[in-house]
Amino acid sequence: MSILFASLIGFLTAAGVFLSLRAQTFPVVLGLTLLSYAVNLFLFGMGRLKTDAAAVLGNSASYTDPLPQALVLTAIVIAFAMTAFVIVLALKTRAELGNDHVDGEDDASANEQGGPSA
Amino acid sequence: MSLLNPIVLIVLLPFLSAPFVAWFGGKRRRAAAWAAAAVTLLCLALLGGVIAQFIAQGRLADAHVIGFHWMPSIGLDFAFRMDGLSLLFTGLILIIGLLVIVYARYYLALQDSAARFFASLMLFMGAMLGIVLSENLIQMVVFWELTSLSSFLLISFWQHRKEARYGARMALAVTGFGGLALLGGVLLLGHVAGSYNLSVILEAGDEIRQSPLYLPILLLILLGAFTKSAQFPFHFWLPNAMAAPTPVSAYLHSATMVKAGLFLLARLFPVLSGTNEWLLLVGGAGLITFLLGAYTALFKHDLKGLLAYSTLSHLGLITLLFGFGTPMAAVAAIFHLINHATFKASLFMVAGIVDHETGTRDMRRLGGLARKMPHTAALAIVAASAMAGVPLLNGFLSKEMFFSEAVDVAHEFGSNWALPLLVTLGGVMSVAYSIRFIHDTFFGTPSPDLPTEIHEPHRGMRIPIDVLVFVCLAVGLFPALLVGGLLTLAAGAVLNGPPPHFSLALWHGFNAPLMMSSIALAGGLLMYLSRRPLTRWHENSFGRLSARAVYDRLMALMQIAAEAVTHRFDQGRMQPMVLWTTGVALIAGLIGFLSYQAPLFGNDSLAAPFDALTATGMIIMMGTAVWVVNQHRQRLFALLLMSVLGLGVSLLFIRFSAPDLALTQLSVEVITVILMLLALRYLPQQTSSERDPKDRPRIRRDAVIAVLSGVGIALFTYAVMSRVYDTIAGYFLANSLTEGGGHNVVNVILVDFRGYDTFGEISVLALAALGVYALLQGMRLPPAVSSPIASGRIAHAQLLQTVTRLLLPMTLMFGIYILLRGHNAPGGGFIAGLIIASALMTQYLAQGIDSSERALSVPTHGAIALGLFLALATGMGSIVLGYPFLTSAFTHLHLPVVGDVEVASAMLFDLGVFFVVMGASVLMLTQMAKLTRVEPTAQTSGQVAK
Repeated sequence: MSILFASLIGFLTAAGVFLSLRAQTFPVVLGLTLLSYAVNLFLFGMGRLKTDAAAVLGNSASYTDPLPQALVLTAIVIAFAMTAFVIVLALKTRAELGNDHVDGEDDASANEQGGPSA
Repeated sequence: MSLLNPIVLIVLLPFLSAPFVAWFGGKRRRAAAWAAAAVTLLCLALLGGVIAQFIAQGRLADAHVIGFHWMPSIGLDFAFRMDGLSLLFTGLILIIGLLVIVYARYYLALQDSAARFFASLMLFMGAMLGIVLSENLIQMVVFWELTSLSSFLLISFWQHRKEARYGARMALAVTGFGGLALLGGVLLLGHVAGSYNLSVILEAGDEIRQSPLYLPILLLILLGAFTKSAQFPFHFWLPNAMAAPTPVSAYLHSATMVKAGLFLLARLFPVLSGTNEWLLLVGGAGLITFLLGAYTALFKHDLKGLLAYSTLSHLGLITLLFGFGTPMAAVAAIFHLINHATFKASLFMVAGIVDHETGTRDMRRLGGLARKMPHTAALAIVAASAMAGVPLLNGFLSKEMFFSEAVDVAHEFGSNWALPLLVTLGGVMSVAYSIRFIHDTFFGTPSPDLPTEIHEPHRGMRIPIDVLVFVCLAVGLFPALLVGGLLTLAAGAVLNGPPPHFSLALWHGFNAPLMMSSIALAGGLLMYLSRRPLTRWHENSFGRLSARAVYDRLMALMQIAAEAVTHRFDQGRMQPMVLWTTGVALIAGLIGFLSYQAPLFGNDSLAAPFDALTATGMIIMMGTAVWVVNQHRQRLFALLLMSVLGLGVSLLFIRFSAPDLALTQLSVEVITVILMLLALRYLPQQTSSERDPKDRPRIRRDAVIAVLSGVGIALFTYAVMSRVYDTIAGYFLANSLTEGGGHNVVNVILVDFRGYDTFGEISVLALAALGVYALLQGMRLPPAVSSPIASGRIAHAQLLQTVTRLLLPMTLMFGIYILLRGHNAPGGGFIAGLIIASALMTQYLAQGIDSSERALSVPTHGAIALGLFLALATGMGSIVLGYPFLTSAFTHLHLPVVGDVEVASAMLFDLGVFFVVMGASVLMLTQMAKLTRVEPTAQTSGQVAK
C-alpha cells in the first residue's frame, strides 16, 4: 500500500510541476493546487497509513499519529486561501494587462521566452 | 540593582529624550537646543554623583559593573562598566556635547530643522555613551552600529545637498562594513575567552594571544577600529563627511565618534597588544595615516578640509602610540586624545564661525579677518598653536611624550633613526598647516569679492570656544595638577594594572624630544614659507591620486556584479524563476540521495494491509492526474477532473483514519471549485495551444523536470514510509484529555498544544481574504463569458431554490453542531466555518447574489475581526491569569439534554477560528460573485480594459 501511496504522490507532484511551468495563469493555479494535494498527502503519510484508528480517544485500542493530521488540516485551509489569492491575482493580470500570461506578455512572444537565458 | 542606576541612566537618558527634543523643537525652535542641553547637564550631574560616590567609597580606580541578564543562553547580558577609561570618555562626550549644543543653537539657520538636528544629536550621544560604558561586547557592537546610523543622519542633515548625501552614504558604507567585521571579531573573542563580558576578557589576555584564532580576531577588530577612526586605507570617508554641519564635524568627526576606534584599541589593549602583529598592523596603519593626513592637509584650500586631514593625522598619531604597545605609549595616547579633542573641536568651531560670517571656507579667498574679528582670531591662534605643539599649550606636552616614545621604540622598527625622522617630518608638516590655517584666514589680504561687513559672531558661538581654549592653556601650564589624576585613572584602566610612573612637566631638560620639537617648529615655518613651489609640485604628482575614485570604482563594480548575479536568476519573469526553484530542489534532492550510504528503503513492516478498493481508487487518481495534464487546455473540463482528485484525497483521508481532514478537504474542495468557476468567467476558456514545433523542446524539458520531480518525491516518500521510526504522537495522545480536556486529539493540538501556530494561520487566512477584497476593488474586467453562473441566477431553478431555502437552517444547525462537538469528536472551528460558508454559498448561487445579500447580510469583515479578537482574547486571558499565552483551562458542566460536557477555554479559541474561517471564505466568494455587477458599468462607460 505504501508503494501505491508514494506513487500517487509522485504522479500528483509531476503533474503539478508540469502545469506550474506553463505560461498562462490558469494552468499554474491548477498546478499549485495539485502540488498542495501532493504535499498534504506527503505530510499525512509521515504519520503512517492506519485504518480504523482515528485519533479520537476512547474509540479504539491503537491510534494513528494526530500531529501530521493537525498540520495538514491547517495546510489545507492555508492552501485554499493561497489558491483564492493567486486566482484573484490572475484576474488582476487579466484586467490590467488584457491577457493571462504569467508575465503579462501576449501569447505570441510568450512561447518564445520560456526558459532562463542561462 | 535596577535600571535606575545612574550609570545606566546616563546611557538611556539621551535615547529617551530624543523624541521629546524633537517634539519640543517642533513647537519652538529654541526649545530643542535647551532641552538637549538640559538632558546633557542632567547626565553630567549623574556622572558627578557617581564619581562622588566612588570617591566616598574609596573605589574610584576600580571597575564598577552593573549587569542584567538578557539572553544568558547566548552570553548576551545588558551590562555596563564604569572604570577610568569609561569615566574619561563619558566626561569628554558629555562636556564637548554640551558645548557643541550651545554652539549649534546659534549656528543653525532658520530654515534648518532644529528638532531633527538635536534629536539626531541626542541619539548619537546616547549611542556613543553606550559604547564607552558597555561591559558586554555584543552590546557594545550594537551601540557601535547605532553611532554609524546616527552619524549617517547627521552628515546628511542638509539632505538637499548632493555632497551631503554622498558623504553620508560613504561614511555609512565604510563604518557599517567595519561594524560587521567587528561583530565577527567580538564573537570570536568571546568564543576564545568564554564570555563576552569585559571583566572576563580582560583577564584572558595570555589565552587569547596564544590562541590560533588570535590573528583573525585581531584583523577583524582592527577592521572595525580602523574604519571608525578613519585609519589608512579607510581614511577617505572622513574628509567626505565634512559635508555635515560644522557642529557635527566638531563633535562627531574630531572629538568623539572617530575616537571610538581608538577607544576600542584602548579597551582591548591588555588583551590584544604586545605582539609583533599588533606592532606591525596598528603601528603601520597609524604611521601611514599620521604622515598622509599631515601631508594632504598642507594642500587643502578648504578650512574644514584642512582640519579633516589634520584630524586624520592626529588620529594616526594616537593609533601609532597604541601600536608601540608600551605602557608609557598608552599614557601618551590617552593624553593626546584628550588634548586633540579640545583643540580640534575649537578649531572646527572657528571654521564654522568664519563660514557663517563670510560665506566661504576657501583659504585662497579669505584673509585679514584678525582685524574684523579679533576675539575669534585670538582663540584660533591659541588653538592652532596647541595643534602645532607650541610650548605652554597642551598639544606640546603630549607631542613631546609622543616623540620620546618614538625614540624609545625606534629599534623595534628596524633602524634607530628612521622612525624618529619620520615622526619629526610629520611634526614639521603639522606646524606648517597650523600656520597656514591662521595666516591664510586671519592675516594676509582678502579676496576683493569677500563681503566687507564682517563682524564677530554671536557671543553664544564664542563661549564654547572660550571654554575649550582655556582648557588648552590651563592644561598646558599646569598639566600635573589638572589632568595628572585623570590620566593615572584612565591609564590604569587601559593597562588593566598599575599605571607606569610618568611626569607631566613643562621642562624635561635638553633631550631628543625637545630637539625634535624645535626642528618641527622651525621646519614647519620654513615649509610654510616655501608653500607655493610645494603646492605646484604636489598638484602635478600626488594630488592626482584619489582614494575617493578608487572607492567609487569599487562601489560601481560591486553594483555591476550584484546586478549580473541577480539578473541571472531573476529577470522579473515567473517561468524562469519556477524553473530555477524546481531545478535547484531537484539537484539538492539528488545530492541527498547520492550521498546517502545506508539502504534507501526499509522492509515496510508497518504498511497498511492491501485492499483492492483503495488501490483502485489510488490508481484512478493517478490516471486523473495524467488526464488533467493532458486536458489542461480545456479549462472547465480540467477543473472537473481536479475535483475528482480532491474528492479522491478526501476519501483517502477517510480510509486512513483522518475524519477531520476528510471533512475539511471536502468542504474546501466545494468552495475552491466554486471560486475557480467564478474566476473562469473572466479568463479565456482555453489555454492557447503549444503545438508550434518550436515549443516542443521546451515542453519536453518541462516534462523531464516534472517526471524527475515526481519520481524523486515518490522515492523519498516511500523511503520514509517503509522504515520504522519513533514519533511524538504518544505525548499528544497521553496528554490530550488531561491537559487539553478534549477527546479529539487533532482538534486539541490545533486549539491548545499548537494554538499559537493556529493563531498565525487564521491571521494568514484573514490577510488573504482582505487581500482578495482589496484586489477586486474597482477591478475592470473584460465582459464575462456567458454561462449559467455568470448571470448570478440559474435559470429555471425553482426546485433548487426551494430545496436550498429548506436546507439552509439545517446546514447552519449542522455547522454549529460540528463546531460544538469539535473538541471531542471530528469537527471543530475550521470545518464548521467551511461548512457554513458553503451553505451560504449554495444560497447565493440559487437565489442570486443581490437577493441573498439582502436576506442574509453576513457581516464578513466583522466576523473576521471578531474571530481574531476572540482568539487573541483567549490567549491574553491566560496571560492575565499568569500562564503562558493560550494556556487552556477546562471544566465539566452538566447540561440538560446534552449531558455531561467538558468545557475548555480552548473552545472559545475554536469559536474565533470558526468566525475567521467563515468570514474569510464568504468574503472571498461573495466578492468574486459580485464581479458580475461591476460589469454593466464597465460596458456602458465604454472603458473596458483591452
